[in-house]
Amino acid sequence: MDKFGFTLSKARVIDYEANDRTIVDYIIEREPSLKLCIECGCCTATCTTGNFTDFSLREIHILLKRGENEQVRQKIKKCMLCGKCILVCPRGVNTRNVVSLARQAFRNTEGYEF
Amino acid sequence: MVWRDYQKEIADDHFFYVRSCIRQSFFPGSEQFFLHLMREVLGKDVYENPSHTTCTGIGYHSDVVPFSTIQTVVARHYALMKEAGYKNIAISCVTSFGIYTEILETWKHFPEELEKTREYLYKATGREFDVPENVVHTSDLVYKFRDQIASAAKFRLVNKLTGEPLRVVEHIGCHYAKIFPKYGIGGAEFPHVLSGMIESWGGEVVDYPERRHCCGFGFRQYLVQANRGYSLSNTVKKFTSMKPYKPDLVLTNCPGCTMFMDKWQYTIREMDGSTFGADGESIPVLTYEELAALVMGYNPWDIGLQIHMVQSEPLLRKMGIEFDPRDKYLTKDGRQMPIPKDLINS
Repeated sequence: MDKFGFTLSKARVIDYEANDRTIVDYIIEREPSLKLCIECGCCTATCTTGNFTDFSLREIHILLKRGENEQVRQKIKKCMLCGKCILVCPRGVNTRNVVSLARQAFRNTEGYEF
Repeated sequence: MVWRDYQKEIADDHFFYVRSCIRQSFFPGSEQFFLHLMREVLGKDVYENPSHTTCTGIGYHSDVVPFSTIQTVVARHYALMKEAGYKNIAISCVTSFGIYTEILETWKHFPEELEKTREYLYKATGREFDVPENVVHTSDLVYKFRDQIASAAKFRLVNKLTGEPLRVVEHIGCHYAKIFPKYGIGGAEFPHVLSGMIESWGGEVVDYPERRHCCGFGFRQYLVQANRGYSLSNTVKKFTSMKPYKPDLVLTNCPGCTMFMDKWQYTIREMDGSTFGADGESIPVLTYEELAALVMGYNPWDIGLQIHMVQSEPLLRKMGIEFDPRDKYLTKDGRQMPIPKDLINS
């Protein structure tokens, strides 16, 4: 910036080829029901955490599938693992297990502690 | 049948030539070689009137020149052409080419604009003009005569060490055919103007995902310094996309594209250290005239390749062109010019 007076703007496109999908692969291997998610948002609608913060399990699922792990890692801390989302899911996705496995994957692959 | 619809008529001789604003400054060898090729090598009649001006395209795209003004400026060029007795216009800048075609199409669909322009020009200068019979970009002419250039070639676009064709990225300026496709060879969908040259001269055209993406030039993006990140980001997107295909060369037909794809490579390297060529080098960006001159065996320093930001030595070695580095910064009468430091690829 100092040298040129402008900077390189990072593209906002989702680069599926460059994104890291190891986390979502780890989860799907252990919890295949994630593949059934249709991103309807029932989980988000019923979520207590989502009621008081910007946490959205629907968004987490989308980000995981895109491989945008950086955002997932930050957001996923907020989940209280209450499991209400499992009760309302029309596709029978074990959403709580998805969150648990995501945390586990970050811990195992990146040594990240929640 | 369909491909025939994508062709354009290119006159054979007698052209009124109009210059670019920036081409002569950044790639002076391009214009010099074009005129030399047309006049001395091919024996064509190319006339340039020294009193022709900028088309004001830069001002027009920056919203400081109104459309009626630019129509009148272009009409004045047509008047100079008429006075000199020419009916074919050869435009050396892609921005200007887009302007000329936009105005011609406007006059076709809105004849009242043509009449208004005739009136403005007559009141301002006392001149009258005719609409040209044939509008070509100078790259159209090099395309038309590409096989004659190939038959006179001393070097081909072939890697001398491996015998493989050189991988060439062709980049066509957006205003060449994306706005009015019928004015370009191959239209907007299958532009063949540069790929035709590459194929004729022995190279291999690289097809990559962002092949038709903008080079990053774009008046609104770069004229304001704080916005230049948008321009640079476009260029990064394009170069990132072509990098895996390991191009040996980028060939362009637009002065702005040549300048930005050449100079932004330096800027990106300075900003974050990224390079896009093989082995950490940058990719030389040449105009079609410079490449034609290289193919025909002209001295790379006589056609001004040393003026580019990304130096062309890796390409020259691959093509087997012999050059003397000591001649690189000598004037025509043999005096030594200052030698720039930290040249890219040199």
